[in-house]
Amino acid sequence: MGSKTKRHGLITRVWHWLNLVCVVILFMSGLTISNAHRYLYWGEWGFSPDQAWLSVPRFPGWLTIPTNYNLAEARDWHLLMAWPFAVGLLVMWIAMLITGHFWRDIRTRLREWKPTAIWQDITEHLKLNFDHEVGKYNFLQKLAYGVVLGIFLPGMVLSGLAISPGFEPAAPWIVELLGGRQSARSIHFIFSWGLFGFFVIHVALVILAGPIGQIRDMITGGNAAEEKQV
Amino acid sequence: MKYAIGRRSLLAGMSALFVGACSKVADSSVGRSLFDASQRWHQSVHRSLADRMALAKEYSKAEISPFFRGNGSLTVDTPEYEASVVNQFKDWTLEVRGLVDTPLTLTMENIRSLTQRTQITRHDCVEGWSAIGEWTGPQLSTLLEAAGVQNDAKFAVFRCADTLAGRQYYESVDLVDAMHPQTIIAHELNGEPLEVQNGAPLRMRIERQLGYKHAKYLTAIELVADLADLGEGEGGYWEDRAGYQWYAGI
Repeated sequence: MGSKTKRHGLITRVWHWLNLVCVVILFMSGLTISNAHRYLYWGEWGFSPDQAWLSVPRFPGWLTIPTNYNLAEARDWHLLMAWPFAVGLLVMWIAMLITGHFWRDIRTRLREWKPTAIWQDITEHLKLNFDHEVGKYNFLQKLAYGVVLGIFLPGMVLSGLAISPGFEPAAPWIVELLGGRQSARSIHFIFSWGLFGFFVIHVALVILAGPIGQIRDMITGGNAAEEKQV
Repeated sequence: MKYAIGRRSLLAGMSALFVGACSKVADSSVGRSLFDASQRWHQSVHRSLADRMALAKEYSKAEISPFFRGNGSLTVDTPEYEASVVNQFKDWTLEVRGLVDTPLTLTMENIRSLTQRTQITRHDCVEGWSAIGEWTGPQLSTLLEAAGVQNDAKFAVFRCADTLAGRQYYESVDLVDAMHPQTIIAHELNGEPLEVQNGAPLRMRIERQLGYKHAKYLTAIELVADLADLGEGEGGYWEDRAGYQWYAGI
């Protein structure tokens, strides 16, 4: 496998880039779907602006797939890319649990949850000092990757399934858990912007930490001995 | 500043390239067949994870939404329909025809005299909104059993009186959804005869699929072996006109 000497394992690298393509297409086609009905509700139902908790702005064509308003084509993309997105995430999770990547590198420990240590991590980030000692990732990285891998990405799959009336009879508990179909739709929307926020910070930190080396390592695997990470 | 502008146009250029590539894929035959395959996978996964006859969730009376908005066609723009509204649909008939042993023609009275099913269900529009209503009517399976579906029939097609943008509305489902216990021909909403905006006097309820499958102003149910000869061959009004997915369970 060579996972001892590579900075990023093969499965991690393949998944990372596949997932990027999926998330970008899902996000941009999702904005077209949002344009179809720009109101979000809590509970099971909702159909008019006065029932909405949020009225979403209309997203311009340069942000959406396709660039014109075409709900059918946006749904075609969204429902197609949902497959590699969900299956890829499942494979990544199985791999992370088998190789111990999650348990060893991403899980945070109780002792790390100390305000002083967290504060120090934040100030080091603000000083753009990304060198850290033991372990692959620092606390903030573990937290960010853990929240994205453990909550936001699977949350997108679950809330997406919950919106599907054909899937609901197979697992009605998902819709119940999320508080009804319109709540699931709202959560789907909120989580998608959570992922967008992660994407922006992630890209910013990659740029600050030296984008060429970071991107090269995420393609070739890099060398674990010369770790310097965002 | 030169650098900033360069970076911005680089980003915009990358985005345009990417979106342009997406639209190339979407227009290609490979893209189309991937989209169609994806739709079939969704349908078969839904059907293998749940029982084919598994029910959509039903709600209590307290959960019914305050009113049920009309969408798509809000009326039928013909003098005949206006006359039917005036005489409270006494002249309305529903045909069951096509690949059946005994074609049927039912009046509203015939339909009301059949065994009725009342269900409080959630209606999900493809655009994203939902409303909950109580629907009453006979199960489609009752009519299909009475007419005798022939072996080569594969789809039930719903013929409608309304036109949208100059085209006749129609829809279709396969026989699994046609025979589903919650697939009813509704003539009442929340205990009252259907209002015109909701499809009076008859509309389909296809509870595990999105709203555009729930054909309104129903005039006939036609059993067919193939959808290719109907309309533009995609199996429904929105499928023909805008390319919506025929399987609307997602």
